[in-house]
Amino acid sequence: MTLRQVVIAVLAVTAGAAAVPAAAQGLTLNGAGATFPFPLYSKWSQVYAAEKGVQINYQSIGSGGGIRQFIAKTVDFGATDGPMTDEQVAQAGGRVLHVPMVAGAVVPVYNVPGVPIGLDFTPDVLADIFLGRITKWNDPRLVKSNSTVPLPAADIVVVHRSDGSGTTAIWVNFLSKVSAEWRSKVGEGTSVNWPAGLGGRGNEGVAGLVRQTPNSLGYVELAYALTNKMTFGDVQNRAGQFVRPTLTSTTKAMEGALKNIPEDYRVFFTNPEGRDVYPVAGFTWILIQGDQGDPAKGKALVEFLWWATHDGQKYAPTLLYALLPKSLIGRIERTLKSVTAKGAPVLP
Amino acid sequence: MIGGRGGAAVSSARTADRTFQFLLAAMAAAVPVIIGAMLVALIAAAWPAIQRFGGAFFVTSTWDPVAEEFGVLPFVYGTLVSSALALVIAVPLGLGVAIFLAELVPGWLRSPISFFVELLAAIPSVVIGLWGIFVLVPWVRTALGPLLSASLGSLPLFRGPPLGIGMLTAGLILAVMVVPFIVAVSTEVMRTVPRSQREAALALGATRWETTRTAVLPYARSGIIGAVFLALARALGETMAVTMVIGNVPQIKTSLFAPAYTIPAVIANEFSEATSDLYVAALIYAGLVLFIVTVIVNALARLLVRRVAHGPTQIRE
Repeated sequence: MTLRQVVIAVLAVTAGAAAVPAAAQGLTLNGAGATFPFPLYSKWSQVYAAEKGVQINYQSIGSGGGIRQFIAKTVDFGATDGPMTDEQVAQAGGRVLHVPMVAGAVVPVYNVPGVPIGLDFTPDVLADIFLGRITKWNDPRLVKSNSTVPLPAADIVVVHRSDGSGTTAIWVNFLSKVSAEWRSKVGEGTSVNWPAGLGGRGNEGVAGLVRQTPNSLGYVELAYALTNKMTFGDVQNRAGQFVRPTLTSTTKAMEGALKNIPEDYRVFFTNPEGRDVYPVAGFTWILIQGDQGDPAKGKALVEFLWWATHDGQKYAPTLLYALLPKSLIGRIERTLKSVTAKGAPVLP
Repeated sequence: MIGGRGGAAVSSARTADRTFQFLLAAMAAAVPVIIGAMLVALIAAAWPAIQRFGGAFFVTSTWDPVAEEFGVLPFVYGTLVSSALALVIAVPLGLGVAIFLAELVPGWLRSPISFFVELLAAIPSVVIGLWGIFVLVPWVRTALGPLLSASLGSLPLFRGPPLGIGMLTAGLILAVMVVPFIVAVSTEVMRTVPRSQREAALALGATRWETTRTAVLPYARSGIIGAVFLALARALGETMAVTMVIGNVPQIKTSLFAPAYTIPAVIANEFSEATSDLYVAALIYAGLVLFIVTVIVNALARLLVRRVAHGPTQIRE
């Protein structure tokens, strides 16, 4: 075989291979952002590449980084656990869309010798513990909602996240909503100036500290608490019920919040109305431009988001993310249909 | 025959020599250029925060990302104190090991000990941090902490409940990480002390300890100080292991049991989720402060080394 024959043979083989996938073949969508949904997005990317031949590259660099890259237009989509501020939306320019993908809950985890799972926390007690006002486990207000549990006369060791995170944003948003003092003294954000407690890095850092330190109380993602079999408590919702955090009660929270979720979905829907809702939960969003520059890429991107919010949802519960409620998906469909590329809608 | 090669060969050799010289000079110049570029980049990126907070940044203790008020004082304090604590523990320990390895160790034991010391230096800091969380923290909480409170609890240094997380644990973990540097460099330096030096001391009737103290240590002094400052530089910049055990609370407390925070730790923790421009600039400004602290510490090291450099000559006389 001469060299030329070899070259021709190689070209023929590669051309044949490339011709196999269908229309969207060879397209790659690049995204970056939140770490919380990373396991789900990487599962989606794997399934979607196999089914549709579109590659989704997702880098979990953190929500702040995701927003920065989205503003700088170095990615096709951003991802975040906290909505962009008005200022950031203005910086990004164009029509910025926040598309909810799934939701997660944040749960109080504790390590009190002899106290089992399911301590009942009222919102004001949680706020006062994190403010450093309630310092003992046998504080009358804690005992009142947990009269059957033997609470020790020990100091509460408060543990919070030391790194900026969406988990913190959801947690302090809830505390801001239920406590005027928290709202005025501390406020909300991905990092805050904590009035009390120790800082652990990441869910694993908080979990490690709580596990290691007797009489400690912290907060982590529900998924993290479940997979690591941590002792977590119930939180009282607006209807006055103490609700165990589960995927179902998180989805219920989205339903309860539905009428207060604005058209652009930029909201922390903690402490919603409704029965059986777990009140400390939040969305994780994918950020896209409403007016896409490249019609082919724009179409592939919107098709992927459509798939993610429909067929893709079935992968969420096994990875411990809460499904979007049906009522919300109808609204997301309208949002996705509003996406245009060069003036023309990308979806039929 | 050499002459027969003619002027061309000589001049080409000269060109090669020149090129070589130029290349090496360029390499040497690259180092200050890179440091200068870093400084410029840091100042440029931190500019919004420098304008906003100026010198007050160094003396303010608030770190509030929500209200966007930033001050770096507790972080500088945490960085310096945890590193100093590490040296207080690591220098005697490291020197002891080094003296043993250089002066006393039987030949068959030398390479296993050196091997383990080098191994300690090779463990990634995140692994040491995990060991810190799972082993060191519980040990400090249940054993070392209560012991210190019981014996030295009257000192302000050991007041309050030992949580296991805090400045003391950070100092301990840093000590573990810098000991190998001190041991490795000091051992090498002590081995370069001429044999005649020791023999002279022994001939005068000195004991082994006296030989080490009067003949070896003074001779090796500047090298040992170099080793200590290398260790200090490592401790100042260490991030992962420290953030996992220090408790990450920006406060200045005399008690070593209290949680604290360091500059590298706050940058690593908050940078990826810092959203506002001023917040990012404040974190970079903190990085600039760390840069300045490191430069000052290194300058002091230079001065110290220069002052003690006369040691060996005096001994020789």
